[in-house]
Amino acid sequence: MTREAYHKALKNLEDDVLQMGDMVADAIRKSVEALQKRDINASREIIKNDLLINKKRFDIEEKCISLIATQQPMAVDLRELTSILSIITDLERMGDHAEGIAKINVLLGNEPLVKPLIDIPRMAEIGLSMLDKCLKAFIDRDTEAARRICNEDDQVDALHDQIYRELLVLMMENPRIIHMATYLTWVSHNLERIADRVTNIAERIVFMVTGKMEEINVSKY
Amino acid sequence: MKKENITVPEPIVNIIDLVLYYGKTKALKGINLDVSRKKITSFIGPSGCGKSTLIRCLNRLNDLIESVTIEGSIRIDGKDIYDPAIDVTELRRRVGMVFQKPNPFPKTIYENVVYGPRIVGISKKNTLDEICEKALKKAALWEEVKDRLHTNALDLSGGQQQRICIARAIAMEPEIILLDEPCSALDPIATAKIEDMLVELKKDYTVIIVTHNMQQAARISDFTGFFMLGELVEFNVTTEIFTNPREKQTEDYITGRFG
Repeated sequence: MTREAYHKALKNLEDDVLQMGDMVADAIRKSVEALQKRDINASREIIKNDLLINKKRFDIEEKCISLIATQQPMAVDLRELTSILSIITDLERMGDHAEGIAKINVLLGNEPLVKPLIDIPRMAEIGLSMLDKCLKAFIDRDTEAARRICNEDDQVDALHDQIYRELLVLMMENPRIIHMATYLTWVSHNLERIADRVTNIAERIVFMVTGKMEEINVSKY
Repeated sequence: MKKENITVPEPIVNIIDLVLYYGKTKALKGINLDVSRKKITSFIGPSGCGKSTLIRCLNRLNDLIESVTIEGSIRIDGKDIYDPAIDVTELRRRVGMVFQKPNPFPKTIYENVVYGPRIVGISKKNTLDEICEKALKKAALWEEVKDRLHTNALDLSGGQQQRICIARAIAMEPEIILLDEPCSALDPIATAKIEDMLVELKKDYTVIIVTHNMQQAARISDFTGFFMLGELVEFNVTTEIFTNPREKQTEDYITGRFG
């Protein structure tokens, strides 16, 4: 190893990405928990903490730019840095989706839910598991694991469709709940987008390792 | 050759199974490589990898070293340049060379540029003036020196001296210009001028450059060859070499994990 300081900085950057991933996972988990428990204070905390996620993203971005400017990274290192720039954008947006769920909980206030939350926590659970595997694949440079993650997205999409249909039926039966049911479709939409963004990250990991840009998560529409 | 290298468009130079010994030391171990016409090809690799030795084979400069023996062949425009019937002086006119340290003659700017044409018998002042102006323009030096063509070339800055040497090579109307680390003694501004000029030059000439500066190879060349211990490890389109090299050795070298 000849450029030790540089490669140490790259390694630290990976740790930063993992940290940011944990922050985002935490926000997603807590946003759904708060919705289930109707805990408005917890939701407000998530909204406030989103600023920390955004800040972390800017920190990582600055470090990437500084490494590109000062170290002229090449080949696998260059691919890693450009991939990280893309990955943190996805993570930051996932944080925004969690914040979106928290805001909905605040907007709903003390209004009782129109239905028990079963599929929404399930969507969150799958999304979080995808994110966890994705961050591991990033560190392990595991393209096979990254590809498998994209398959799991189908389950999240299916749950989203199911929730949408259920809520639509409820709204037709009782127009007075349209307000709340619409908010819940937004929660489901946020979770669906979160899982989609994990697949973006998975695609970046494949690029980072192989140098080939490819669309792994193809839309069924 | 161990690995399949890419096929380049319109090859002007074909290097085939080239082996070179300095005494008993094998400095080039069977190089196979084609150089594309009117493109910039760069050779990179750690010191002692054979890249300079290789370009010095292309105009037979290694002939001047007694202990050198060569096997294999190099063809330029299909003709073997190591064929005994080849006129080496004519070969060196067609294949010009610029070295690491600027080495203008201790003469005027004008005399430096027209030195070659004079040697081959051109003596008409008008013709020499034209050659001088054209060569200096191509070397992107004309505007800087046109009012002092008859001052000593050694009074110029390092970057200007290097461009004089390039103009001196161009004055002979070569087909191929070899450059061995042409910017390593220059500051970044002089380097940038030379790089811009080389990109212009490839409209008319085939350029082959040896450089330790990987960013320079990445910036200006169309094709890049990576050499190590006398072997061509990888030869590919420059962007591929620097974004997604096929060989681990190449990747280790360009990312600084080598050694």
